[in-house]
Amino acid sequence: MTMKKDKQTNISAGADGSAAAPRRHPFIKYISNYYQIYLLMLPAVIFIFIFCYYPMYGAQIAFRDYKFKLGIWGSEWVGLKHFIRFVTGANFWQLFRNTLLLSLYSLVAGFPVPIILAFLLNEMRSQAFKRTVQMLTYIPHFMSTVSVCGLILLFLKRDTGIINQVITLLGGEAKDFISDPKAFRTIYVLSGVWQGAGWGSIIYLAALSGVDSQIIEAARIDGANRIQKILYIDFPSILPTIIILLILNCGSILSVGSDKVLLLQNPLNMDTSDVISTYVYRIGILDAQYSFTTAIGLFNSIINVIMLTIVNTVAGKLGDTSLW
Amino acid sequence: MEHAINAHAKVRESRFDRVFDAVNAVIMALIVIIMLYPLYYTVIVSFSDPYLMLRGEIFLYIKGFTLDSYEYMVREKSIWTGYYNSILNTAIGTVYALAVTIPCAYAMSRKGIKGKGAIMGYFVFTMYFGGGLIPSYILIRQLHLLNTRWALIIPAAMSVYNMIIARTFYQSNIPDELYEAAKIDGASEFRIFFSVVLPLSGAIIAVIALYLAVGHWNSYFNALIYIDDRKLYPLQMVLRAILVQSQQLQNIDPNSVTPDELVEMMRKQMLATTMKYALIIIASLPMLMIYPFVQKHFVKGVMIGALKG
Repeated sequence: MTMKKDKQTNISAGADGSAAAPRRHPFIKYISNYYQIYLLMLPAVIFIFIFCYYPMYGAQIAFRDYKFKLGIWGSEWVGLKHFIRFVTGANFWQLFRNTLLLSLYSLVAGFPVPIILAFLLNEMRSQAFKRTVQMLTYIPHFMSTVSVCGLILLFLKRDTGIINQVITLLGGEAKDFISDPKAFRTIYVLSGVWQGAGWGSIIYLAALSGVDSQIIEAARIDGANRIQKILYIDFPSILPTIIILLILNCGSILSVGSDKVLLLQNPLNMDTSDVISTYVYRIGILDAQYSFTTAIGLFNSIINVIMLTIVNTVAGKLGDTSLW
Repeated sequence: MEHAINAHAKVRESRFDRVFDAVNAVIMALIVIIMLYPLYYTVIVSFSDPYLMLRGEIFLYIKGFTLDSYEYMVREKSIWTGYYNSILNTAIGTVYALAVTIPCAYAMSRKGIKGKGAIMGYFVFTMYFGGGLIPSYILIRQLHLLNTRWALIIPAAMSVYNMIIARTFYQSNIPDELYEAAKIDGASEFRIFFSVVLPLSGAIIAVIALYLAVGHWNSYFNALIYIDDRKLYPLQMVLRAILVQSQQLQNIDPNSVTPDELVEMMRKQMLATTMKYALIIIASLPMLMIYPFVQKHFVKGVMIGALKG
């Protein structure tokens, strides 16, 4: 009597060695064992399909003259008309420039700060003090965008804002900063650094905690001081982390979210405060030019992908670290 | 001899190091002060006399303690509708999103599940590509969710980022032996999830729930584009109306005539500013209160996410 050690066949009764029971297709068997796992995934799959993939399908209205009554299919196909309209529009370069500069300034000012903060925090001797400081630096991150912008507007008020009060105390002249296009980028960027520096340092601190303590010990025995330790051991150790985050940030250089800008924007500072996303909000949601603004959104996404690829390739060529 | 050399080295490093530590501590203290001063200032102004604030006398401590700013702000009804809406949306939205995210994360964490890679790719793709603002808006409109609280709740079913964090948790914290043991005992997959895995998921459910709750509580943009009915405004929208759009508050009556009422109105004008500071405190209070207990979990979440990233 041979017992076929064949995984394909069901182990069936058959003490007498008679023919095995009908074979269950391995796929059916797998499904009957594991279908519940797939059911657990199902709600998520469905929701992502409806709210992420269906809008991707709907994005084709960028190539049509979409009218709600006609639906997506019924609306007339116009090809690249909206893209051309955007790129040749009078305000295209201003929008592009504002978006790019806002992003760039935020990057230049905001990227190093969490790193430096992480280094300083990492050097703290007292663990209790370190944890307290950390906890306190995270607080601005948890305030809502509306609260922070509300604070900014209050602080910048000409007559009652604390910033102007300090300026007049020091002998200067109070200015209405929020109406000044030239001040907008500074306001936006500095408040962004204030809000994000503490929280942003978490990742770097996590990376720093992974630095090999033996190397540090060896360096210390060799007589390295703290600054040398930071420069020659800590910094190179977390350089991959820094580069990855830098790549990700550069890749999204042309996407400035509308949340904060919308709250700080007013008719007087539009020259510098109007970015692509706020333009899309104004013209798309408020003015219902759906096809046109969808085209703008697509255009923006494509540029982002191109930027990300370029930056990633450059990083890959220059060193070892890259996203893919 | 060695001992002497070591001692010498230690003395040399510790002088420089002590200076470094002192400077570091000072810098840290300065940073903390800069970070927290805006909040501190908000608190002291909200409790101070509006007239003194107008004259620029308030910087470091409360002057002319008064509860008027709070008293007037508390009477503003839209704040309480805002609070109500935010609490309701956050509670429902968090439970709902947890119910979608956690089972999915668990399922994706199991080994040997066929097609897992493709499904993961399906999810991750949406982290980088999307239809955009307008197609999403049109979808909500087609689903007849416009101007309802469900427009804020339903689309936020799952953030792939959160799901990945939870999946990592399950991958590192639930040993395979547990699954095998349960199967030997004859448990079905559902049974394993509900009776074995869920009870062990306390930590990750807490982290994800917090992320979701803060997300719901602080968001305003979705309400901005989907909701027109003021009765449905979440707290952030009310905040925006009062702080950013400088809406007339209902309890400031512009129709006063008598000199007494004029003085009262002028006082109310000054109060208008300190009231806004009070409002920020009122709106941020929940977050500020639970924050110390809760920030540990957030940091843990970021750590898990960072490892995966």
